[in-house]
Amino acid sequence: MTQTTRIADAFPALNQTVGDKPLVYLDSAATTQKPTCVIDAVHSYYEHDNANIHRGVHQLSMRATKGYEGARAKLAALLGASKDEIVFVRGATEAINLVAQAWGRPRLGAGDEILITEMEHHSNIVPWQLLCEQTGAALKVAKVNDDGSLNVDSFKELLGEDTAIAAFTHVSNAIGSINQVKELCTLAKAAGAVTVVDGAQATGHMHVDVQDIGCDFYATSGHKMFGPTGIGCLFGRSELLEEMEPYQGGGDMILSVSFEETTWNKVPFKFEAGTPNIAGAIGLSAACDYITEIGYDTIHDIEMELLSYGTKVLSEIDGATLVGTAKQKCAILAFTVDGVHPHDVGTICDHEGVAIRTGNHCAEPLMHRFGLSATCRASLSVYNTASDIDALATALRKAITMLA
Amino acid sequence: MSDLRELYLEMVTDHAKNPRHRGKAEPCDCIGTGNNPLCGDKLVVTVHLDGDTIEDVKFDGEGCAISVASADLMAEVLSGKSVDDAKELFSGFHELVAGEGTPEVPKKLAVFSGVREFPMRVKCATLAWHTVIAALNGSEEVTTE
Ligand SMILES: Cc1ncc(COP(=O)(O)O)c(C=O)c1O
Repeated sequence: MTQTTRIADAFPALNQTVGDKPLVYLDSAATTQKPTCVIDAVHSYYEHDNANIHRGVHQLSMRATKGYEGARAKLAALLGASKDEIVFVRGATEAINLVAQAWGRPRLGAGDEILITEMEHHSNIVPWQLLCEQTGAALKVAKVNDDGSLNVDSFKELLGEDTAIAAFTHVSNAIGSINQVKELCTLAKAAGAVTVVDGAQATGHMHVDVQDIGCDFYATSGHKMFGPTGIGCLFGRSELLEEMEPYQGGGDMILSVSFEETTWNKVPFKFEAGTPNIAGAIGLSAACDYITEIGYDTIHDIEMELLSYGTKVLSEIDGATLVGTAKQKCAILAFTVDGVHPHDVGTICDHEGVAIRTGNHCAEPLMHRFGLSATCRASLSVYNTASDIDALATALRKAITMLA
Repeated sequence: MSDLRELYLEMVTDHAKNPRHRGKAEPCDCIGTGNNPLCGDKLVVTVHLDGDTIEDVKFDGEGCAISVASADLMAEVLSGKSVDDAKELFSGFHELVAGEGTPEVPKKLAVFSGVREFPMRVKCATLAWHTVIAALNGSEEVTTE
């Protein structure tokens, strides 16, 4: 047995048939499957430890609090942060909105600029558009090159003393390009901008060290790194988190409340109003353990091998064209098929048991950049194998025969 | 499991590849735009009316095989019909692709009966219809979401 079939064995959902075909899951950029250890951690929490956190004096509450705060410590260790720099949120979307509203809104005004890139996910576009509407700031968009990499010259050109915030993705969910976030943060910092990195597509695949990157904020989602949905985290540099206003008001985020004056709890609790997703955090904690156990080096090696094999296999299919061929790339294969609309490709693949995603991948501006309205996307993770890519190729040939 | 060939009948793939009614109805008496954000499709449907009679329907835009074929065959079926007939045809068509009954529909629409087994594709099949009905009712933009 090869190493990779053993990895897939840890993911029960992969072991099923759809229709009469074995499932081939190639949609990990949308959400990864969950290993047994994560499923068990969530299950065990509800079975044994379920209680509310921080407030209780009883045993269950203490265990729940320990699990929840333990998760924070795990994430901090994984990202190279300290515990009080990790704010639990629902996911990358909420993390970015939190920064926009709690840091950006009170500080930005007319004349300020927010710099993003053409390859952003809608969740790293729309919160900034809202902020622009609220404050009168202007949105600037750095260009993407023909191969799908960021045009760093364009980024530099648009960066200036008016740039208040520079927000960019670590890895493009639509085409896999990896941005040189450390370099971009250095540039943005030199211009005096606060940096926000969207790491939703990074933390399940590569080692991320927020200190090394030098970003002010880093957003990610648990469900894209083998954890549950509805939990994610925002890393924020302590000084910034300290000076920020709360995001939402409610229980747990306060020290004391009176009708005359309410005082905020300390960071990061100031940003966690209400009962949080405790089970989600505990599941994410197990996901961090899982990643640490396999190791990012192994994950990287497996995925890069799959990427190069997939790139070769797709290039051998007449009529299939890859979109996004940046040198620095994650294992995401975006492509079009001549004469066959992506939606039809998706249906035919599904019929072969091959789960891919089709459409604009929440990156409509990037699709327009390439003159497309939609693409097909096969996104790989550590549990995929070369035979999964072969199954994709078979399904694509079938689509071409049927419809092209 | 549902059979792919039931979805992509020859008449469907033929109309998808070689639509007969692509373009703009002249003169254009009403126009509608239909968006399917799920697949990024956008169809513009134009209608030439003579009183209450639909003289000509044309469509333009990008779409998958199902939505293009459906738009093309819709244009074919609607030509010469009244506005009320169009609404009735749509309700029959909707029942055919998304309902449970066995509605009477013209042969050219019956080729979409396989869509019912592919719930994710109902929106593709009905996009042009939603758009034309909205256009006939005087509203310009519809979305399948
Ligand atoms: C690059 C990127 N950013 C942000 C998000 C949003 O993540 P979530 O929906 O988990 O908040 C995604 C999810 O698809 C993504 O791929």
